[in-house]
Amino acid sequence: MRDFEVPRHASQTVLDVVTHIQRALDPALAYRFACRVGVCGSCAMTVNGVARWTCRTHIDKAVRNRNEITIEPLRNLPVIRDLVTDMREFFDKWARAKGSFQGDRSRRDDFSRIPSEGASRKQIDAAIECIGCGVCYSSCDVVSWNPDYLGPAALNRAWTLIRDERDTASIERLRAVAGDAGCHSCHTHMSCTERCPKGISPTAGIAGLKREVSLALLRGQL
Amino acid sequence: MSAKTQSLLWVAQRASAAVLALCVIVHLGTMIYAIRGGLSASEILSRTQGSVGWLAFYSVFVLAVAVHAPIGLRSVLLEWLGWRGASRDVFLAGVAIVLAGLGMRAVVGVFA
Ligand code: SF4
Ligand code: SF4
Ligand code: FES
Repeated sequence: MRDFEVPRHASQTVLDVVTHIQRALDPALAYRFACRVGVCGSCAMTVNGVARWTCRTHIDKAVRNRNEITIEPLRNLPVIRDLVTDMREFFDKWARAKGSFQGDRSRRDDFSRIPSEGASRKQIDAAIECIGCGVCYSSCDVVSWNPDYLGPAALNRAWTLIRDERDTASIERLRAVAGDAGCHSCHTHMSCTERCPKGISPTAGIAGLKREVSLALLRGQL
Repeated sequence: MSAKTQSLLWVAQRASAAVLALCVIVHLGTMIYAIRGGLSASEILSRTQGSVGWLAFYSVFVLAVAVHAPIGLRSVLLEWLGWRGASRDVFLAGVAIVLAGLGMRAVVGVFA
């Protein structure tokens, strides 16, 4: 852990502080960012013990009483250097949760018509804006305890596809997210939901997955 | 253990939890009701002995415990001790048998 003195500005974000350190105080500091406006999901770090997207986190919000702030890499991920974590496992788990869409239409078919007021479309809307920042994954105790656990983001992604009427891989996906490594290990702690900067509730999606897996099980489809 | 079996365990744990919730309410309610007027142990025994209703009720109670507790322990053992694999499941099957055995011994004890 190293200490730096950084000038305070109005509307300063945590990412601004890290950038100042790298530009003015320690050119070798490694950190990751791209968009600076909360879109790319690359800038997440642990700020005063809490995982946050640093480009949209104001210093005023993060600093407690003294004018001090502790910035660490995300938890539950291997650190490559300084504030940069290796996100491979995080995204590999999306693939393991069958997080990619599978349809059966070609470009010659007509568009699918999904009413925006439909129940499943609304559930998807509530969960689809994930930017893959890893804040939820870093905040989940079950990931710390059970490294195989797919984690909130991958399960949330699977949930949006399970609700997608056009998707044709539901049963394989339910198999992929069932059991000890999947939705059944979630303790409904809700840290992911509390911390997600996009206001998503992976907890709700995971509860939905548990329901869907149980139904498929009772129907003998698993 | 396959993901399907793990999902079945989860369903079994939820189902047994529902049974237990009911059993605990009936059990506590009956106890509070029964000892209101100062019932002695032998008086209670005289009511349970030979009662097929209570035999059935407490058998269900005990079996629900024997299903519910080991499945919960399964996660605890993984998350606290990192114990996974077949040895954990064999151990837990043992826990289930011991719980069912001791519980049923008590149930039969107040019936016979
Ligand atoms: S609700 Fe589930 S996925 Fe979210 S932090 Fe808690 S255990 Fe992890
Ligand atoms: S669910 Fe939220 S916290 Fe998790 S990766 Fe997506 S945007 Fe980030
Ligand atoms: S830099 Fe893109 S989300 Fe923060």
